[in-house]
Amino acid sequence: MSPAQLETRNPKLETDLKDLAQDIVRRAIAGGASAAECVVREGDEFSTLVRLGQVETLKESGSKAIGVRVFYGKRAASTYSSDFSREGLDRMLKSALELAKITSEDPFAGIPEPSQLGALSGDLDLYSADVYSLPGEERISYARRAEKAALDFDPRIKNSEGGSFDAATGHKIFANSHGFVGEYQRSYCSVAAVPIAQAENGAMQRDYWFSVARSLNRLESPEHVGRVAAERTLRRLGARKVKTAHVPVVLDPLIATSILDHIFEGVNGDSVYRGASFLAGKLGEKIAGDRVNIIDDGTMPGGFGTSPFDGEGIPTRRTVVIENGVLKSYLLNTYTAKKLGLQTTANASRGLAGTPGIGPGNYFLQPGPKTPKEIIAEIKEGLYITEFLGHGANLVTGDYSRGASGMWISGGELAFPVEEITVAGNLKEIFFNISEIGNDLEFRGAMACPTIRIDGLTVGGE
Amino acid sequence: MDKSRFFFEHYGLTERDLERYLAVALSAGGEYADLYFEYLASTSLMVDESMVKSASQGISAGCGVRVIAGERTGYAYTDDLSPERIVHAARTAALIASGPAKTPSVGFQEKAARSLYPVTLPSVDAEITAKVELVMRADQSARAYDPRIKEVRASYADELRNILVIGSDGTFAEDAQPLARLNVSCIAKTDGNSARGSAGGGGRVALDFFFGEKTPEHFAKEAARQAILQLDARQAPAGEMEVVLGPGWPGVLLHEAVGHGLEADFNRKQTSAFAGLIGKRVASEKCTVVDNGTMPWRRGSLNVDDEGNSTQETVLIENGILKGYLSDKLSAKLMGMANTGNGRRESYEHIPMPRMTNTYMLAGEDDPADIIRSVRRGVYAVNFGGGQVDITNGKFVFSASEAYLIENGHVTAPIKGATLIGNGPDVLTRVSMVGNDLKLDEGIGTCGKDGQAVPVGVGTPTIKVDRLTVGGTARKETGGFMQ
Repeated sequence: MSPAQLETRNPKLETDLKDLAQDIVRRAIAGGASAAECVVREGDEFSTLVRLGQVETLKESGSKAIGVRVFYGKRAASTYSSDFSREGLDRMLKSALELAKITSEDPFAGIPEPSQLGALSGDLDLYSADVYSLPGEERISYARRAEKAALDFDPRIKNSEGGSFDAATGHKIFANSHGFVGEYQRSYCSVAAVPIAQAENGAMQRDYWFSVARSLNRLESPEHVGRVAAERTLRRLGARKVKTAHVPVVLDPLIATSILDHIFEGVNGDSVYRGASFLAGKLGEKIAGDRVNIIDDGTMPGGFGTSPFDGEGIPTRRTVVIENGVLKSYLLNTYTAKKLGLQTTANASRGLAGTPGIGPGNYFLQPGPKTPKEIIAEIKEGLYITEFLGHGANLVTGDYSRGASGMWISGGELAFPVEEITVAGNLKEIFFNISEIGNDLEFRGAMACPTIRIDGLTVGGE
Repeated sequence: MDKSRFFFEHYGLTERDLERYLAVALSAGGEYADLYFEYLASTSLMVDESMVKSASQGISAGCGVRVIAGERTGYAYTDDLSPERIVHAARTAALIASGPAKTPSVGFQEKAARSLYPVTLPSVDAEITAKVELVMRADQSARAYDPRIKEVRASYADELRNILVIGSDGTFAEDAQPLARLNVSCIAKTDGNSARGSAGGGGRVALDFFFGEKTPEHFAKEAARQAILQLDARQAPAGEMEVVLGPGWPGVLLHEAVGHGLEADFNRKQTSAFAGLIGKRVASEKCTVVDNGTMPWRRGSLNVDDEGNSTQETVLIENGILKGYLSDKLSAKLMGMANTGNGRRESYEHIPMPRMTNTYMLAGEDDPADIIRSVRRGVYAVNFGGGQVDITNGKFVFSASEAYLIENGHVTAPIKGATLIGNGPDVLTRVSMVGNDLKLDEGIGTCGKDGQAVPVGVGTPTIKVDRLTVGGTARKETGGFMQ
């Protein structure tokens, strides 16, 4: 494939930055590098926070930065700069070429083969200029409406951390010394509310809700967001501790995503080749319950995890990670794939500097047939978790222990709020004990999970 | 290091320019404006499988303009330090206000220079080969510790942050803030069993710190020791019990349980579980907790905060009574309280807010050995991962990564990592013993708030909490507590 065919075709985006990225790569090679990659990122952000009806903060700005990674054979190093002046770029290149001399020869280091490079064609629906189309006053009014809907919902909503509206656009350019150059733009907007409810005894509870979209016209109404935030906050009032117990646990979708994230960390090629994951060496084996099917798909139009190519210039794809509980694929970039003797899954992620990491596309658990209500109705005594506190998951051993709050389930219904409890177990068993999966899959980010039920956990309390 | 007039020399700024930018920022009637110039140089290195696999360096520079009008804050930033772009940012931020232009005070008053981290050669400018030596030595030392150590990753990162803060109240503060950190993580393996361990440290220090005071071998052995120890860890117990915290990093309890809840912004908005509790008892009388940004070389220390104010030692809790909050300019003004010099931000892209520096409990009088002896059945936790708090309901967690059972006054078997959970406003009322062995952490803490990360320190002497919920898995009813 010739370099020309590799370019993503979007004439609107023809920019100086693309030329700049290619020029930096060319100069790295001229400076003695055997291979090079260049990343340029630019973006704009707007955010506003309205609290108790008054504008509290307004922020509006843009920035750009550039990074280069160079190879001397099997040695690599990288540098970055926010200074685009001639001197700034010269220094960045010079430092990278010098730095690459002190790193080690790594037999697996290198950029992808030319035949692997490319980009998805067609409109991936990642950018909508309308996120900035609202006049200033109307943006503020989005934030104000979300907060007001929460404050007006119930007299027990007495305070607020505010309503907010955010918008952002980003433009990413990537070029390498095999002639690949590609770019894409993405947009984002969100509205959120964080109300505070107070009980008669003065005890306060806080919760939140939000909507996020790539286009303004796909954003949920601020009123809806405010009302859901108020409901989620009110149901926490009067929360109490419970006695230590072994009961079924149901995770609300936002919270359930964290379990999916642990699986992601467990199949991340970087942890796998180092043996830092208990899922290392388990390809083809059963590692989760029969109903568990997990997909990573970087190609879904409009998705929060979608891009035409990954952080190394390889077209994104759909990967079945777990099928009926059996581990079908790790998630890999070029380096980790070589280490494991496998093919990359085009999950390379990268910042401006450092070696490429591994990031999700649109990564999700396939929904099941039951509604969340039906799942809860089958439980006599149990715990419905709406929030986790802390990060107590150990992917080496599988040990799992986190702070939690939520609702106690009694006789198949949500009975009363609980807090200051822990939930503990081992991820090796937790993945197998995902016994029910809800029908409520909804993307609010690159990772998404329906309601799930997990058996066999220890709930720690009094 | 030469910290004089960095931005004047490198970007040709003059005092007249700065006055002009402030005038533009106040042109729409703002009451106060400030500019934060930042030039950050950083290096990082990582060794994995005994190879230096990654090395990077970078520069990021920019300026953030803030305008305050009442309780409203306008903010804009630029990564291009040309006069046109700074003026543009100042105009954008100015629009938060609507009224006749205000005039900034004439002339700047420079803060008396303080020098909490007087390094002669900042580590970012030191020879890269010396840094390579550090990570390679860490790798070798961890591997040599025990043949069961199979994977080692050692990383080194440093930075030098030059800042200049100017304010329409005459504020003029410059600082050059070095920061360096060495980290080691290990995985130990036996047939069918694996465990991890990690350790690290540093501070606002020069590179020689790692060749003298705290060597790569020190951190490597500590990481390897923890990994080997965890191979034999038993299940942790579940439920409420007596907990003894070892000295040093377990001070993360104070950071989560009380520190965040005492940041003035939450109390101004009455969203903290600590709101309205000044003068009230929130801890046992053995507890005195301070935040201190003035400790030489410490990771959480600053000569000036990111609003140009001198940092200080602030008493948060004195003999159990809540004394004060941590404030920045905005909250001090709106709450009519003193500014404690805790206004911090991640970078020029961020609005400053009240943040902790080094937060710790003062030493008490108890002998640590007596504290252990006083516990019949409980947990002794000596190392922690991170923590988190919900400041509104006060619930906080912190996760033990190295802990042991205490049985009949003796420390016995190591237990698996477990999360501890409690309630901020009353957990310290159950502190019944405070050791005489105050220790600060090794310099690894990073605190996140509203998406902004800043380096912090924590510390504590050995303390005993009479009742805290431990999130283990062991079943009391089937195997007894000691299962």
